[in-house]
Amino acid sequence: MTATPGFPLLEVEALTISLPARGGGWTDLVRDVSFSLAPREILGLVGESGSGKSLTALALMGLVDAPGARITGSARYRGRELLGLKKREMQLLRGAEIAMIFQDPMTAFTPVYTVGAQIDEQIRAHRALSRAGARARTVEMLGEMGVPDPARAADRYPHQLSGGLRQRAMIAMALSCNPSLLIADEPTTALDVTVQAQILGLLRRLRRDYASAVLLITHDMGVVAETCDRTMVLYSGSIAESGPTDALFLQPGHPYTAGLLDSIPPLHGPRPRRLPAIPGAPPSPAQRPQGCSFRPRCAFNHAACLDPPPMLRRGRQDIACVLPAEGRDLPPRPMASFDAPVPA
Amino acid sequence: MLMALLGRLGQTLLVLLGISVLVFAVFFATPGADPTARIAGRNASPETMAAVRHEYGFDRPLPVQYLRMMDKLFVTRDLSSFVDHGQKVVPEVLRAAPVTLSLVGGAAAIWVAASVTIGTIAAAMRGSWIDRGLMMLGLVGISMPVFWLGEVANLVTQSRYHHSWLFSWVPGLGYVSLWRDPSGWFAHLVIPWIVLAVLFIGIYGRVLRADLVASFDEDFMRTARAKGLSDSRVLLHHGLRTSMITFVSLFGLDFAQLVGGGALLTEVVFGLPGVGRLTYQALNNLDLPLIMATVMYSAVFVVLANAVVDLVYLLLDPRTR
Repeated sequence: MTATPGFPLLEVEALTISLPARGGGWTDLVRDVSFSLAPREILGLVGESGSGKSLTALALMGLVDAPGARITGSARYRGRELLGLKKREMQLLRGAEIAMIFQDPMTAFTPVYTVGAQIDEQIRAHRALSRAGARARTVEMLGEMGVPDPARAADRYPHQLSGGLRQRAMIAMALSCNPSLLIADEPTTALDVTVQAQILGLLRRLRRDYASAVLLITHDMGVVAETCDRTMVLYSGSIAESGPTDALFLQPGHPYTAGLLDSIPPLHGPRPRRLPAIPGAPPSPAQRPQGCSFRPRCAFNHAACLDPPPMLRRGRQDIACVLPAEGRDLPPRPMASFDAPVPA
Repeated sequence: MLMALLGRLGQTLLVLLGISVLVFAVFFATPGADPTARIAGRNASPETMAAVRHEYGFDRPLPVQYLRMMDKLFVTRDLSSFVDHGQKVVPEVLRAAPVTLSLVGGAAAIWVAASVTIGTIAAAMRGSWIDRGLMMLGLVGISMPVFWLGEVANLVTQSRYHHSWLFSWVPGLGYVSLWRDPSGWFAHLVIPWIVLAVLFIGIYGRVLRADLVASFDEDFMRTARAKGLSDSRVLLHHGLRTSMITFVSLFGLDFAQLVGGGALLTEVVFGLPGVGRLTYQALNNLDLPLIMATVMYSAVFVVLANAVVDLVYLLLDPRTR
């Protein structure tokens, strides 16, 4: 079910993004994040707001522009280092090799141009095509993304399209130059549920039709379960757990992952009167507790948690928690509450 | 689109009607003040008073007075000034209008070009010393009163350095018609243009820079960058184009009030016989018919200019269509 893990398309190692802290020093917003992405693979990046998932994606695109931000580590795309790449070379890569779609398709299009003109613009920025040639490609892409009457839709302004159509147009624009990697930052959050399912279906199809890998950023475990081959859970800027989606959903190794999974209402069986929630709120990056950042909210908090948790491997999962090493694995979860991703 | 235009036109007419009633009420229907004496001027003879009273219908009900006044302003256009020996005021305003239009139009061209350039450069180099320097200059421009700057310009170009090679081309104060002498028209107006534009270059440059800098945080700007567009294309094609919406609405208001007589100080300082100077004279002499005419002219212009701005708005922002 997983795409063949051969030569990685993207390899991120020890990515750390910091801002200068008040009173000297640095505050790490993203801390020591490593992962790799194979061609045609869909990797889910899950976490609460502020966990650093969007920032990670923006760093890969070279779009972090917080004043004074420091990015260390490495991110290699097809063996080529992205961090510190020259502006001009990054521009050639953006949109052509690595494309990105954003959460709110309403505000992500420039309001004063037609959707078609904006897609044409991206195509013409990367391909030597005439206006008419670019437009033909635009209409073709819109049609393939399931936009009805694509030629007319291309002449519409963003505000004249529905949210679902706008997101389809956004994906059409992102894919217009056949990128190998698509970064989707909460692509379904602003959409209603039926449209959300359609867009996720579209993303799953991409690897077959366009041979694209997808880095899907979301806070929604349901979206992950439906879509991703592998899942990486971020908590307070660090990886809490990563592994194949099925293994991770079957037996989460990190109490935080388990907490996230518990907070999804079960589809089968008796409904709890009240959904379990993780108590407390994530710490601000400037005031992380000593040791494991999740410690204050964790039911398994004990003396060993005062040291930074090691990244341990259990089966196919990597877990930043001491519990598996102490032989206190979290219990497996009933399979019924989760539908495995359908191989595309 | 057509319906929007027609609706807009209807609104414009309605607003003009409202303004005319208001202006009339202020000047002619204020309780306790006799407009006859005002129109007839100081120390007018009883015969003149009677003639005025009859001509304007001040012995008739208010609606009749209003209609008479509008008739004199817009239809027969024979509203005349008693202070100024029966000079007809409407042709006087119409003669002054091209002067004001020349002054304000040229200044507007300068201030739009300069402020767009300055605002865009400052936004592109935000945080740098160039940005800070330009914004500082803008503030200096805003802080200089136009009459003072005009007098200084006159002092330098007309008197102190008039005989130097730099300013020997500057003609004396006044106005020459564009049709009669295009180069003279330009030479007479270029210094007033710059003087009038300085304030607006400062304001518009700063406003545009702030608007552009704010737009860098917009999602669509991030999308544009994620598409792999060059920085200049992102800034000009996406940022500046969108910021033009705010810019144009601001411009419309300022342009209209200047054409409507707001350039009074500049006109007086440079001896340009425009509407502003006419208003200034009318106020000095308490020439009620002339004041009435210039105020109405100004109102018409502000309202028309607003309508034009709304049209441009429709073109610039598809969301308003």
